[in-house]
Amino acid sequence: MLHPQPHETTETRTIVEFRSATCGYGGPAALRDVSLSVTRGDFVGMVGPSGAGKTTLLRAVLGAVDVYSGEVRVNGESVAQKRPRAGYVPQLETIDWNFPVTVEQVVLMGRAADGWMPWNKKQALLEAYSVMERIGIADLGKRHIRALSGGQQQRAFLGRALFSSPSLLLLDEPTAGVDIKTRDDILHLLDDLNHEGVTVIMTTHEINAVAAHLPWVICVNQGVVAEGPPAEVYTSEILERTYGAPMTVIHHEGMTLVAETPHFVGRHHGHEHPLRKVV
Amino acid sequence: MFEPLQYEFFVRGLIAATLVGGLCGLIGVYIVLRRMSYIGHGLSHAIFGGAVVSYVIGLNFFVGASLWGFVSALLINQVTRQRRFIAPDAAIGIVTTASFALGILLISRYRTFTRSFDAALFGNILGVDQSDIYAILAMTVAAVLFVLIAYRRLLFTTFDPEVAPFYGISTEWMDVWFSLILAGTIVVSMQVLGVTLIAAAIVIAPITARLLTHNFNQLIILSTVTGAGCGFAGLYASYYIDVSSGASIVLFSAGVFVAALIYSAAGDWLRRSGNTVAPSRSVPDGATFE
Repeated sequence: MLHPQPHETTETRTIVEFRSATCGYGGPAALRDVSLSVTRGDFVGMVGPSGAGKTTLLRAVLGAVDVYSGEVRVNGESVAQKRPRAGYVPQLETIDWNFPVTVEQVVLMGRAADGWMPWNKKQALLEAYSVMERIGIADLGKRHIRALSGGQQQRAFLGRALFSSPSLLLLDEPTAGVDIKTRDDILHLLDDLNHEGVTVIMTTHEINAVAAHLPWVICVNQGVVAEGPPAEVYTSEILERTYGAPMTVIHHEGMTLVAETPHFVGRHHGHEHPLRKVV
Repeated sequence: MFEPLQYEFFVRGLIAATLVGGLCGLIGVYIVLRRMSYIGHGLSHAIFGGAVVSYVIGLNFFVGASLWGFVSALLINQVTRQRRFIAPDAAIGIVTTASFALGILLISRYRTFTRSFDAALFGNILGVDQSDIYAILAMTVAAVLFVLIAYRRLLFTTFDPEVAPFYGISTEWMDVWFSLILAGTIVVSMQVLGVTLIAAAIVIAPITARLLTHNFNQLIILSTVTGAGCGFAGLYASYYIDVSSGASIVLFSAGVFVAALIYSAAGDWLRRSGNTVAPSRSVPDGATFE
C-alpha cells in the first residue's frame, strides 16, 4: 500500500522551527544555516548521505547539540531555554544489547520520569501493554531485548517512545537493518500514528521507501538542500547535490523511483576493470 | 560453628562485612552496567588521598574522605561529559591516581602517622567499632533509599544515558547523587576491605549475579544477596583459616563467581547438546524471563 499523500488536517501551528540555525558539537558546524518549519501532524522523512547531519538535525530538535547561531524552537519555545519532551527512538546500533532488560522494562522507561515509586503502577503497566499490543509485541514483554529480531527490537524502542505519549516523534533510522516487509510494517505503523495526530520526523537511507510512503521529504547535506513532496524534490539535480553522486529518477505509474547510475566497468560488459589490469 | 560468635569484635566484624558486601553488591550493579568497573578501584585510591588530607587538616575521617571521593567522582563525570573523546577509564585514571599521589606525598611529608593508614589500605575488619557499624548502617540505608526512590530513573540513565534526558530525566542530577552514594559506600567499606580490595567487592557480586539472570530487577536483588552472603561467609572462613579478613571475603566471592561461571557454561553446553533440563543463562532465541 502506498500512501504518499498527507492525511487531512486543518492544523497550521508550527511544532518545530529552525531559524537560520548553525549547529555542531563544540567543533566545526555539522549543519549550517538551516531554516525549516514542521507543522503539527506532519510526517517528514530526512534523507542524505552518511555524515550529512541528519542525526544532528534530530538532536538539535531535542536541544542536545550546540546552536552556534540562529535558533531552534519547539512548540514556540527555544530549545536552548527549555529542553522539549519528545518520543525519541535512537539508532539501534547505540544500544547495549547485553544490558539485562526485558521488552516490558524498555517500554516502561517511556514514563520513568513520572513519579518516585520504584515500581510501575498497575494502570501504567496496562497502558504499556496496550501500546505493545498496538505495535504487535505484547507477547514479547518478558523477553530479553537481545532475543528479538531486528524489527521487534525497533518496535520495542518505538514502544518506549509511544508510551511517553508524545505529540512529537523523532526516529533515527527506524528502518535500518530490517527486511522490506518489516520496513513496510514500520512505516505503515508510523503512518497510522501520524493519522492519529502525532508529528513524525524520521531519518533514513531508504530514499525509495520515503518516496513511496511519506508525504514530505527533506534532503540534508550539511544543511537543507531541498524540501517538499518526494515527487517534486526527487530530481537528478537535487539528489546529486545531496549525495554528491549522479542518480537517475524514474517516474512510473505514479511512483517516484531513484536508481543508481550504472557504472559499466565489469568484464560482463566487455570492459576490463581498471584494477584487474594492475593486479 | 558458633565459637567465633562469642567474641564481640567478631560479631561486629560479621555485621560490618555482611552490610558492606550487600552495599557493594547493590551499588556495583550500576557500576558494572555503566562499564565503569575501574571506578571502584580508582575511587578507593582517591579517597585514600582524601583520608590523609582530612587527617592533616584535622577533619573527621568519614566527612573528609567522603567529600574527597564525591568531588573525585564528580570530576570524573565532568571530564567525560565535557570532553567526550576522553573515555571514562582514562578520566578515572587521571583523577584518582592524582588524588592517591597527593595522599602518598602527604604521608611522605608527615611520616609520623603512616601506620594509621594501614587499615585504610588493607582493611582491619576486626578493629571495627560501634561507630563504624553506625556509619555503615547509615550508608546502607541511604543507598537503599536512593536506589528505591530513583529506581526507574537510574535504570534508564544506566541503560541509555544519551536518551534518558529526552524523556525528562535529569541525568546530571542522577550522576551527582550516584557519585555521592558511591563515595560514601567506598569510604565506609575501606575499614572492612581496605582500598586494595574494594574494587573486587564492587565488581564480583554483580558479575556473578549477571551470570545467573538477565532481568534487571532480579539482578539487583541477587547481587545484593550474593555480596552480603560472601561478606558473611568470607569473614567466617577467615576465622577458621586464620587469614586476612578482606582477602578472605574477596577470595570467597571469587570462588562463588567461578562456581556461577561453571554453572552458566554447563547450562549453555547442555542446551547446545539438546538437553533442556538444565537452565541456560545465555539468551536463546525466544527466551522469556519473568
